[in-house]
Amino acid sequence: MRAHILGYISPHPQPRPFSTLSDTAPEITLSARKLMRRFGNLQIIHDVSLTLRRGEVLGLLGHNGAGKSTTMQMLTGCLLPDSGDIEVCGIDLLRQPILAKRHLGYLPETPPLYRELRVDDYLTFAARLRGIENGKVAAAVAQAKRRCGLDAVGGKIIATLSKGYQQRVGIAQAIVHNPEVVVLDEPTVGLDPAQIRDIRALIRELGDGSSVILSTHLLGEVESLCDRVEIMQQGRLIYGDTTAALSSHGGEPGRLEENFIRITERETAAAAEVHTIAESDK
Amino acid sequence: MIRLIAMRELRSLFTLPSTWLIFAALQFVFAWFFLARLEAFLEVQPQLAQLANPPGVTITVAAPMFQTIALLLMMLTPMYTMRLIAEERRNQTLPLLLSAPLAERDIVLGKFLGMLAFLVALSASVPLMLYSLALGTSLDHGLMLANLIGLLLLTASFVALGLYVSALTAQPVIAAIGALAALVGLWLADIGASAPDSPWHAISPLGRFQNFNAGLLDSSDALFFVLFTGVFLLLTIRRLHNNRTYG
Repeated sequence: MRAHILGYISPHPQPRPFSTLSDTAPEITLSARKLMRRFGNLQIIHDVSLTLRRGEVLGLLGHNGAGKSTTMQMLTGCLLPDSGDIEVCGIDLLRQPILAKRHLGYLPETPPLYRELRVDDYLTFAARLRGIENGKVAAAVAQAKRRCGLDAVGGKIIATLSKGYQQRVGIAQAIVHNPEVVVLDEPTVGLDPAQIRDIRALIRELGDGSSVILSTHLLGEVESLCDRVEIMQQGRLIYGDTTAALSSHGGEPGRLEENFIRITERETAAAAEVHTIAESDK
Repeated sequence: MIRLIAMRELRSLFTLPSTWLIFAALQFVFAWFFLARLEAFLEVQPQLAQLANPPGVTITVAAPMFQTIALLLMMLTPMYTMRLIAEERRNQTLPLLLSAPLAERDIVLGKFLGMLAFLVALSASVPLMLYSLALGTSLDHGLMLANLIGLLLLTASFVALGLYVSALTAQPVIAAIGALAALVGLWLADIGASAPDSPWHAISPLGRFQNFNAGLLDSSDALFFVLFTGVFLLLTIRRLHNNRTYG
């Protein structure tokens, strides 16, 4: 999968056969079916269904306001859908939220940092919050810090860190409990190129052991990170395929940006046409 | 989980230098007030001693002291409860709690107990000062106990109301003003109502504290505080749940 793009072999190249929770962890780690959500009279999310497999990095691509963040809030239990089902590792998120959320790590658009705390204290709190046993907390925090390159700043107050480091702390809290599913909402927004490079490397590493779903409106990010891409527009998933397939969509390989724009514009035109027909029917 | 949330609240409070400053300043105010009451008592004590059944040191020093602490806590509690949920909203840290494997009940109870523990620690010096009188005289332990229980229940009701108002908004300042307005409003309605059977007396926490302050343990007063606190905690849990429903 990612081997296409990055030229290295994923540790889980072959899909493992489906198994139940009591056996080993299931192959599909996150599945959402027919999610609908409205705010007041405005339908924000229309019939969104997606699945995520272990070891896969899925990019949710779309313009600003396409509904990416709302979808991610629903996938992590921060927002309830009006209808639809979400399963995390085979556990229904809406019926058994506490059990299901043990397998989830979430970095919202703004990292949820208690800025007055030290990095170590904050990560310890995050680890305990996710139900890690007391004896294993220190090791989990140390591992998360190592993976996110935070070893040198453990004793610093979060408010004194640069934005890039704060973003890393945000990612560290999402992975401190080694979740099966990591949901990252625009993880590289507002960072400088060096920081973006570091965080992308971290996300690639995360994709080896867990499933990662990340939202972005940066096409380069999808190209360099994701195995699969779903394009979202006006609350609908309008295209879903492997990143390589999107790049060569319409027989023109390596033209990700043009293909993305073509797909979204086509959908906008189609939606406008439907709207016109609906109006004339009235 | 409840303890974890409570400890986080305390840790965040004590990392702020302003908490320590206010903590210290309040100890000074409490001590000053205590000494002033004690001095006034010592001045009139010779005259009091001539009475047939003179009021003791507990009723002349401790009871007014508890009354003052209750009023101070009424104004102080909203300043601390304002942050509890409103600041999480403003700083967008609420998703950390909402996406974690814990129930809304745990979040609300954790924050409530953390804040209650803080306010208990803040006013703990008052009973210590009062009990120091036991070195020189005998105290009315029943009156002291009634006041301590009353003050704890009163503080719990203030915190629950402040927590609920904090859950309604994303602006801590609005939460503080809202909770202060509600508490002072209830208090003013209570002292302003002249009829002895006015319902305002029944629903004002400070009004309900008067019996405890006089050394009277009335189960209906205790029940009032438990219900008052419980209702506002339930409303807060409901409000947090609505957060998921309405965004």
